[in-house]
Amino acid sequence: MNYSLSINGKNHEIEAQKDMPLLWAIRDIIGLTGTKFGCGVSQCGACSILINGNLTRSCSMPVSYGIGKEIFTIEGSSENLEFLRESWNEGNVPQCGYCQSGQLIAATSLLNKNENPTDQDIDTAMSGNICRCGTYTRIRKAIHRAVELKKEA
Amino acid sequence: MSEIGQVNRRDFIKIFSLASGGIILGCNVSSDKKEFIPQVDGSFSPNLFVQLQKDGNITLIASRSEMGQGIRTSLASAIADEMEADWKYITVKQATGDAKYGNQNTDGSRSVRTLLGPMRKMGATAKAILITAAARKWNVAESVCKAENHFIINTNNNDKIFFGDLVDEAAKVSIPAEETVPLKKIEDFKYIGKKIKSVDLKDFTHGTATYGIDVRIPNLKFAAIARSPVTFGSVKSLDASDAKKTSGVEDVFEMQRLVPPTGQFFGALGGVAVVANNTWSAFQGKLNLNIEWNSGENESFNTDDFTKKITERVHQKAKVVPGSKGSVTSAFKEAEATIEATYHVPFLVHSPMEVPNATAWFQGNKIEVWAPVQDPQTARAEIAHFFKIPLENITIHVTFLGGGFGRKSKSDFVVEAVALSKKINAPVQVVWTREDDIQHSFYHAASAQYLKGSIDAEGKVTGWLQRVALPSITSSFKPFSEYASGFELGMGFTNNPYNLKNFRLENAKAEANLRIGWLRSVVHIHSGFGNNSFVDELAFAAKKDPLQFQLDLIGKDRIIKGKSPQPYNSQRLKNVLNVVTEKAKWGRELPKGSGLGLAVHYSFYSYVVTVVEVSVKNEKVIINNVWSAIDCGLVLNKDNVVNQMEGAVIFGMSLAMYGKISTKNGAVEQHNFFDYQMARMKDAPTIDITVIDNMETEPSGVGEPGVPPVAPAICNAIFNATGKRIRSLPLSDHNLV
Repeated sequence: MNYSLSINGKNHEIEAQKDMPLLWAIRDIIGLTGTKFGCGVSQCGACSILINGNLTRSCSMPVSYGIGKEIFTIEGSSENLEFLRESWNEGNVPQCGYCQSGQLIAATSLLNKNENPTDQDIDTAMSGNICRCGTYTRIRKAIHRAVELKKEA
Repeated sequence: MSEIGQVNRRDFIKIFSLASGGIILGCNVSSDKKEFIPQVDGSFSPNLFVQLQKDGNITLIASRSEMGQGIRTSLASAIADEMEADWKYITVKQATGDAKYGNQNTDGSRSVRTLLGPMRKMGATAKAILITAAARKWNVAESVCKAENHFIINTNNNDKIFFGDLVDEAAKVSIPAEETVPLKKIEDFKYIGKKIKSVDLKDFTHGTATYGIDVRIPNLKFAAIARSPVTFGSVKSLDASDAKKTSGVEDVFEMQRLVPPTGQFFGALGGVAVVANNTWSAFQGKLNLNIEWNSGENESFNTDDFTKKITERVHQKAKVVPGSKGSVTSAFKEAEATIEATYHVPFLVHSPMEVPNATAWFQGNKIEVWAPVQDPQTARAEIAHFFKIPLENITIHVTFLGGGFGRKSKSDFVVEAVALSKKINAPVQVVWTREDDIQHSFYHAASAQYLKGSIDAEGKVTGWLQRVALPSITSSFKPFSEYASGFELGMGFTNNPYNLKNFRLENAKAEANLRIGWLRSVVHIHSGFGNNSFVDELAFAAKKDPLQFQLDLIGKDRIIKGKSPQPYNSQRLKNVLNVVTEKAKWGRELPKGSGLGLAVHYSFYSYVVTVVEVSVKNEKVIINNVWSAIDCGLVLNKDNVVNQMEGAVIFGMSLAMYGKISTKNGAVEQHNFFDYQMARMKDAPTIDITVIDNMETEPSGVGEPGVPPVAPAICNAIFNATGKRIRSLPLSDHNLV
């Protein structure tokens, strides 16, 4: 099947099986490898993307679901993502870095909906994303810091 | 690259000029030696490079794999500091797998402790050469020149020359003798001991870091492999018709198990490979395979039965281990009281977020591999062995590792990719599913430990008997090894930090029916759990505070040299204990249902103490606060040490709370993160890390030492809160999480 997918504002014409998860269409067909495979069953959040602004596990949604919608991945840029990148840098958050694409997308989704999240809000929003290196406390701090950076800007 | 510099073979530093107009400085970095090693044959091969370009940019080669421990940044910062380089000009390039870079095996928390010396000398020598070059240009004495922030400065008149502008002159300089090159004083360090951010932050936050799974080369095929549910089982019959019909699938092959020669390598499990034009089709094709397996001799392996069996064995006399001393028999006879306890740790799996994967391209007499490997030289040697290709025709490109934790030390997944590429005559990427990763790993061994201790009328420990049974890592190399080996018992059992007069360690038999490997901190997970849980039990029996009891057991100040590269210093451990318990306000009044627990551990020559505060509500444990401190001698990158220690707390929590691999009829029962769970954001406590200032002492391990004390500190805190003693991990088995 032929599909047209809009990713980070750019149109991609692709041929893929209709039930192929978006994750693999994005990684293997379109070639954007920043979105990661972690579990394949929506358990770890490594494959997080935004579809029309909603946080989505791309490993579990078929490519057909993305048609006509705006897909946002770690290769993209948005106001909140840029503040988060800055606070991630300030806090030296990543260790191996593999899960951080998903962490940043999940954090972007959180800030898009909640301008000033509490620790409790962060726990709720970010517990779908596993970091095996254990950078959780730095992520928590960096999300608060991104809010400050945005206020200062 | 043409060689024009004068080579001083004795000192092993060499200058090359580059066609692009820069110079390279190379030196011989021996595996675990701190000094440059004289090389006597004429075939000088520089092992590590500092490359200075005319535009001032410096490229430093990282010889160890980056898996989140920050090694690319740490090694580079040591060179840059001694060189007086400006950090903004530094880029780091990853070495391929090649013995010319020295030992590249990235494990054992040893990269910094073995490479810091050579890296500093490398930087210092580069600086000395640049000073000589500048002095010649100005026609002044070297003694009036100094290096500062990428310039050489003439201290007589404050003239300065940019590093990049010295390239041509530097290429003509003789190499100074090693002993004439001074190293910086600790108080002059600019980067060492300071907060240096990862050189890879930009890539990590933009999705542009290339991990193994992100490698894309022209005409790349993707493959998934179905492996026998029972370890070392084989294909009995295969019906591949449904798999072959799967959209995107191109072919299906049976793959033979590759059995490594005794004593080396890892081989590959074999099974059925599905080759497709994308990863997902390969996964789908694998699900559509109809395979009947010959399970083989591990079919009857049930972990519940195994636990019973090794428990019985540690309850009987076993082999006495050298290093036992005094007489526990008489200590027990004369004791005021004796205490006994049995502890269990289950099998564990690493599950790095990036699953095992490798890309290989077999091109007749040449093989190219791109893979996230901790030990690229073993991968290379293993390929040479199995595929009869000369070592020099095999190139291993080391990608970023999306976590390693010991799993990616084993190159089975690389061997699979090479075998498959040879079969299909095309480049191929083998990707394990998460289920493959959890069900076909090299597992951290399960263990049973029996401890018996005696205390006298004053509550002092007089005797300590410890029996341990755990399947040995050596079983993966030498079939039928059925006892823990000396190096394994040397991880916290034969060398516990306590001053015990009467001590007996016994080693009980434990067969391996799974592939056994090493996982972050390895056997220290068992010894840390057994030792610290038991000390807490002894303290309770003696009606003593666990802090004072630990201090008494560690005993008088003493330094034990033994055969190890670094001595054990009991004073350092007591210092860490005092520092961290003060921060945690040990001994304070706590609300009902809350508790504090502590654990101490000495591993990889580092001293770590961890205090955990828990609260137990509705019979569920919440880990609220963790304080942990490390004395790892000289600190190369302080923020990175803190980051590693924070990560170790979470890693330790994951194994304490949820970590358990079990088998039924030989097959692993867990599948994915829903039944092999790990700590998440909601579980993350506040973590307070203290790094002891001990810059005068040589550096010791950082990546692993934070892990062992976490689980026992949690369990001791639970006891303090509730009076319930947890003697087997994980907490999920006790319905506490």
